[in-house]
Amino acid sequence: MDLAMKILVVDDFATMRRIVRNILKQLGFTDIVEADDGSTALEILATDKIDLIVSDWNMPKVTGLELLKKIRADSKLKDIPFLMVTAEAQKQNIVEAVQAGCSNYIVKPFTADTISEKLKKIFGE
Amino acid sequence: MDVKLINPFISATVEVLETMAFTKANVGKPYLKKEEIAAGDVSGVIGLTGERNGSVSVSFAEECILKIVSNMLGEEYSVVNDDIKDAVGELTNMISGQARKTLDGIGYKFDAAIPTVVVGKDHVISHISSGPMIAIPFDTPNGSFTIEICFDEG
Repeated sequence: MDLAMKILVVDDFATMRRIVRNILKQLGFTDIVEADDGSTALEILATDKIDLIVSDWNMPKVTGLELLKKIRADSKLKDIPFLMVTAEAQKQNIVEAVQAGCSNYIVKPFTADTISEKLKKIFGE
Repeated sequence: MDVKLINPFISATVEVLETMAFTKANVGKPYLKKEEIAAGDVSGVIGLTGERNGSVSVSFAEECILKIVSNMLGEEYSVVNDDIKDAVGELTNMISGQARKTLDGIGYKFDAAIPTVVVGKDHVISHISSGPMIAIPFDTPNGSFTIEICFDEG
């Protein structure tokens, strides 16, 4: 896994962005940008080269699922790995996210080990 | 009230605090709450719809939530500020998510709204439903908090 990759963390709660950022830093990643919902994330994606998206589901304006669908439908962005980190843990949510092209799925609450494990799966390590 | 609706929120609360804030919460004896004044100083409230309509709140004593958020974010907090309010919203969200997962497993489907947070001594928590309000007190090494569960009668 390239620790220099640029990661976009998307969550409407600053707390969760900070927790995810802290964990990613703990894992050795240094280049982390944040967005407070899907529409802000799309603005960042239009200008920055992002290597991984870690996104919440439930957000105002553009939700994580809508963001995922927009990314997968965009020829320039469609291959970016997308890790959904959400409190939405019901079976149909997971199915819906996987069908929309989610690379992996984490249910809150989670530990640093969970994030590390899922990233290894995404990047085939 | 259907006890099947209560227990998932108790176990979700314990799990969320232990995983995200390394805080062990011991559950006390549930009681029927009559007044709308919150048991704590900072409360998160989330509306739920589906199997029944209602809402759930988590109300923390100030010292308790300061320690919980300090643990969650890895920095010390000594006053209730926007970071604390944001964290209470997210904790409420996670508790609701975990509980809904368990409820989904027994065939009870619920959708959740985005949580709101209320701060201040003796603030009022307005639950959506006029059904009975069940309060469950918890103790942590750094103070207490209470969850309230209120659903329409089935």
